[in-house]
Amino acid sequence: MLEIRWHSRAGQGAVTGAKGLADVISTTGKHVQAFAFYGSAKRGAAMTAYNRVDDKVIMNHEKYMEPDYVFVIDPALVYTTDVTINGKDETKYIITTHLTTDELIASQPKLKGKEVYTVDCIKIAQETIGRPIPNTPMLGAFMKISGMYDIDFFKESMVRILGKLPKKIVDANMIAIQRAYDEVK
Amino acid sequence: MAFDKMELKDIEVWDGNFAAAQAMRQCQIDVVSAYPITPSTPIVEGYAKFLADNYVEGEFVMVESEHAAMSGCIGASAAGGRVATATSSQGFALMVETLYQASGMRLPIILNVVNRALAAPLNVNGDHSDMYLGRDSGWIQFDAYCPQDAYDLNFIAFKVAEDHDIRLPAMVHQDGFMTSHTAQGVHTLDDDTAYNFVGDFKPMNDMLDFEHPVTHGVQTEEDWHFEHKARQHNDLMTKVLPKIQTVFDDFEKLTGRKYNIVEKYDMDDADVAVVCMGTSVETAREVALEMREKGIKAGVVGLRVVRPFPFFEIQEALKEVKAIAALDRSSPNGAPGMLFNEIAGTLFNTDTKALLSGYVYGLGGRDLTKKHLVDLYTELQANVDAGKVTTPLQQFIGVRGPKLQFL
Repeated sequence: MLEIRWHSRAGQGAVTGAKGLADVISTTGKHVQAFAFYGSAKRGAAMTAYNRVDDKVIMNHEKYMEPDYVFVIDPALVYTTDVTINGKDETKYIITTHLTTDELIASQPKLKGKEVYTVDCIKIAQETIGRPIPNTPMLGAFMKISGMYDIDFFKESMVRILGKLPKKIVDANMIAIQRAYDEVK
Repeated sequence: MAFDKMELKDIEVWDGNFAAAQAMRQCQIDVVSAYPITPSTPIVEGYAKFLADNYVEGEFVMVESEHAAMSGCIGASAAGGRVATATSSQGFALMVETLYQASGMRLPIILNVVNRALAAPLNVNGDHSDMYLGRDSGWIQFDAYCPQDAYDLNFIAFKVAEDHDIRLPAMVHQDGFMTSHTAQGVHTLDDDTAYNFVGDFKPMNDMLDFEHPVTHGVQTEEDWHFEHKARQHNDLMTKVLPKIQTVFDDFEKLTGRKYNIVEKYDMDDADVAVVCMGTSVETAREVALEMREKGIKAGVVGLRVVRPFPFFEIQEALKEVKAIAALDRSSPNGAPGMLFNEIAGTLFNTDTKALLSGYVYGLGGRDLTKKHLVDLYTELQANVDAGKVTTPLQQFIGVRGPKLQFL
């Protein structure tokens, strides 16, 4: 079982990102689950979304999770929420920030001793898609860190999933995914 | 007017809401009269989009309340069409008056109920309060544990409800958010296969059949009211479960997916059993397997059909176990809990010496964790070892503050 927790603000696309990831993984024969905590779901409110991936049918519906990966797609959430909650020793963190990994850990001591990777998904999204929607770049970074799929296969899958959007937006997302894949450290 | 068919992958990653909306599309409903409410809103949205995009030949009626939504369904169903809608929680509560009209008039309407808590305090998350509110309304109630079930049970519900021997409305329940907003793999049917399973709608006593005028919604006082209610109850008690079994069998032949009126998991040699509904059934299944590795013979019983209550099937499922936990996800507000009471009723007058205890859990979406269930099975085994219920008969799981226990 692979488990992922997303930290996001409502409106940044964590739910879409979690469901998109689940969709890609499902096509490879694995079983998936994607869900979120909504609360009152006001745009901008801190929220979490979740993925589970397994080789067998996923029957566990508890919301409690000790994640293998934590994705933080809004830079301020590292300071205003505890992104390490219910973490394991081997949990990997991929965090959107303009800081270097060392600077980030220095600014948030809770991350000290953790396996932390950084990438500026907000900046990448702004420069490619033209809007600060950091969900697809985060998935590009995840492909790099996890080695889950070949990046070309992943991008082809995402083209299908984003199919309803205008071609220009889809193309921009592909550039964003590739950039995050290349830039995550 | 011709409509388009939709190409689906064999496995789609859908949440419970979208699975229900897709099933409704494939059933080609004549009239959906709806007033959206969280967390069932995406069912209505999804269906409306299918209709707007020409995937459905039917009418979508926007109304001003859930009372009006079900009233619209009743009118359309009496007129002689295939009819469905969706709701949750407060909307369901507002529908209650019309629910009894629908069942009393023997109208085979399908209602997708995305289970959610009832205010006050206001809460949009999942529990079974609305499902429990509807359980005396004369409707058939199916319960889904995951998005796949929510998809499949819609087809099954139409086929059961619309049968001329049944002619009763049916609810398909799924857990708010835990199923409705949780995306999982769903094995799909292609449009023709799905529609052919359900079949064309065959009206009966339809008001639009002008050659055979009928009256719906009549007044009967002490002269006939009781006979009508008794006949409805008779059909619920004698005809519905056999029909459901037949449709489950047909569905298994078509898809390979087997549903049972009462679902039993690891029950053949179980000493301790949890009885519950919704997503909790699946979480408990996983925990039961883990308990078995620790030497506790654990099993799970899930209700697939809540009404009519499967009295003898529950009795049969539980007759050999030594300790049973009944899990109610709705505040009984001054009673032991629906499942506790119903299970006690099935076991009374039998030879079983099973120890029965009740638990209230998960209100307003409170998480039921695997740890909770490990503790629960451990407690049941302690009851078995002691030969008696070692705790009060009613306990609360996962609530903060001093431990609550009663009876």
